[in-house]
Amino acid sequence: MMFWNSLLLALREIRRNLLRSFLTILGIVIGVGAVITMVTLGNGATQAIKDQVSSLGSNLLQVRPGQRMFGPGGGGAPQFKLEDVKAIRQQISGLAAVAPQVSRNATVVAGTNNWSTSVTGSNLDYFTAGNWALAEGRLFTPEEENAGQTVCVLGATIQKELYGSSSPLGENLRVKNFSCQVIGVLKAKGQSGMGRDQDDSVIMPLRAVQRRLLGSRDISNIQISVANADNISRVQEQLTTLLRERRRLGPGADDNFNVLDTRQIADALSGTTQVLTMLLGAVASVSLLVGGIGIMNIMLVSVTERTREIGIRLAIGALEREVLLQFLIEAVMLAALGGLIGIILATGASVLLAKLMQVPFTFNPTINLLSFVFSAGIGILFGYMPAKRAARLDPIEALRHE
Amino acid sequence: MSALIEFHGITKSYGQGQARFQALRGVDLCIEEGDFVAVMGPSGSGKSTSMNIIGCLDVPSGGEYLFHGTHVERLDRNQRALLRRHYLGFVFQGFNLLSRTTAQENVELPLLYRGESAGRRATAARQALQQVGLGGWEHHTSAELSGGQQQRVAIARAIATRPTLLLADEPTGNLDSQRSHEIMELLNSLNRDQGITVLMVTHEPDMAEYAKRVIHFRDGQVEQDERLRELAS
Ligand SMILES: Nc1ncnc2c1ncn2[C@@H]1O[C@H](COP(=O)(O)OP(=O)(O)OP(=O)(O)O)[C@@H](O)[C@H]1O
Ligand SMILES: [Mg+2]
Repeated sequence: MMFWNSLLLALREIRRNLLRSFLTILGIVIGVGAVITMVTLGNGATQAIKDQVSSLGSNLLQVRPGQRMFGPGGGGAPQFKLEDVKAIRQQISGLAAVAPQVSRNATVVAGTNNWSTSVTGSNLDYFTAGNWALAEGRLFTPEEENAGQTVCVLGATIQKELYGSSSPLGENLRVKNFSCQVIGVLKAKGQSGMGRDQDDSVIMPLRAVQRRLLGSRDISNIQISVANADNISRVQEQLTTLLRERRRLGPGADDNFNVLDTRQIADALSGTTQVLTMLLGAVASVSLLVGGIGIMNIMLVSVTERTREIGIRLAIGALEREVLLQFLIEAVMLAALGGLIGIILATGASVLLAKLMQVPFTFNPTINLLSFVFSAGIGILFGYMPAKRAARLDPIEALRHE
Repeated sequence: MSALIEFHGITKSYGQGQARFQALRGVDLCIEEGDFVAVMGPSGSGKSTSMNIIGCLDVPSGGEYLFHGTHVERLDRNQRALLRRHYLGFVFQGFNLLSRTTAQENVELPLLYRGESAGRRATAARQALQQVGLGGWEHHTSAELSGGQQQRVAIARAIATRPTLLLADEPTGNLDSQRSHEIMELLNSLNRDQGITVLMVTHEPDMAEYAKRVIHFRDGQVEQDERLRELAS
């Protein structure tokens, strides 16, 4: 009963001072809005990176020459040979796919259209490891692969840029000084984590690219898909041992190749964005705190300004705790209202910004609820002191107050 | 008739040490239920101080105050608030209405603190406003009312709860003589028809004429106590 009365009185008071109430809660609105927007976008970015890395393929290991994890492979380190690939196949169990790769940037021409892209040579395992699916046509046959015939499978971007809506199947695509027959088109995957368009490539049998474009039998990169995720670290170890052996590295020598787990890249990248998200969230929380102090300030002014009103209430028979409750509810309602408006604005802003930044938007109930509860808590925290001061007033003194 | 208010040697002093000022110097008083008392006396003689003590807004420095046989000086802040809430109606010297609040809401306020339902509040408040001749003014805010009307809203607020005792500190202080007489008629009828005990401070002898008993204060003491009309027994 007493609670409802206090609620009613608090509501009346907020309604009576609409503009001031709004200005009071502006700090909370901005604070909550900033926190939620930051966290939502940060989570979106993390999610986007995870999605993109996992779209590269599942349980993937990248084996490259050289010690560095990123960048063009090698330096002085020797490249791999087909024998290395065979040895891996034979000596390590539990592999779903082993795809040796070479690539080279080249301009490809179809009719009057030309397009600069990367031409990759690999085997059939390439499509398994990378989770590629066909949109139309077929992949190369084992015979074509072994013979290194000039047949090619196009990424979706190439198809779009060179052939538009017509089907390229059976057409001849000119690559530098030779031409190859288009036998299939892959389904689109979209941008990868590093901003590279994965669909912008032409895939041919390994031999064809080695012979026609590179003129060498080197393999610059081996992509390995592990059948069972639990085995990844075992496979990683075995690969290292095997390759050290094959490359004749003594016990003291550093690896001159590296084996990289794509999940590690994903974790490293999303770890960074998570830290960034937390940091931004923390900065935004400070503004929430400032908003709370704003409420306390206004409530204190309000108590002074309304001293006579409080005196009247007390003289008429209001109990100390009723006055306390009224002021506290007023502060909490203001703060909660600010939180609510902040949540609504933040949701709108997040949807918009997520679209602009091309990250997925996910409504995060936890952070929304947390911000709401936190803002209401700020109302209690910063509303208590002014409320207590109001309730403690001496009715006669308060009535005398002008 | 039983005694509603009993003062036994009530003293009240303000301030400390050198600045100490004794506003009441031993007041003995007994007011019975159903009485209509006018309190008079020069400025600073302790009238408002006495009213505040009777109204349980303030506590005496010494002496005993019994309301309905209860020792008020032994009650704590909350208990005194409850006493005000349930038995007293106060008309303050300067109206003391809530600003930017309608007459209706002002009058409903003490009912709200009594925990009356919204329906009962609305009815009682409308009735009280009717009684003071402000039917139809319910939704005007204090700022839209004249001084006399505000004073009548203040009276409506004090009587809406049907208090046992109505305290009025210079209820006609800011009013012209015609309005003053109207207010007096109102207090008179509340006392006569509803049996509300009325205690009122006034400076004007013709207002005191309405009362059944006049008490004169001087220097914090009762100087004279005269009965104009007998109490109906
Ligand atoms: N809170 C206070 N602090 C100090 N002195 C006070 C206080 N309240 C009243 N007094 C003093 O007590 C004395 C009695 O005051 P009181 O208000 O009772 O007078 P009053 O009879 O009502 O006068 P008036 O007719 O002017 O209203 C005055 O001298 C006043 O200065
Ligand atoms: Mg006075």
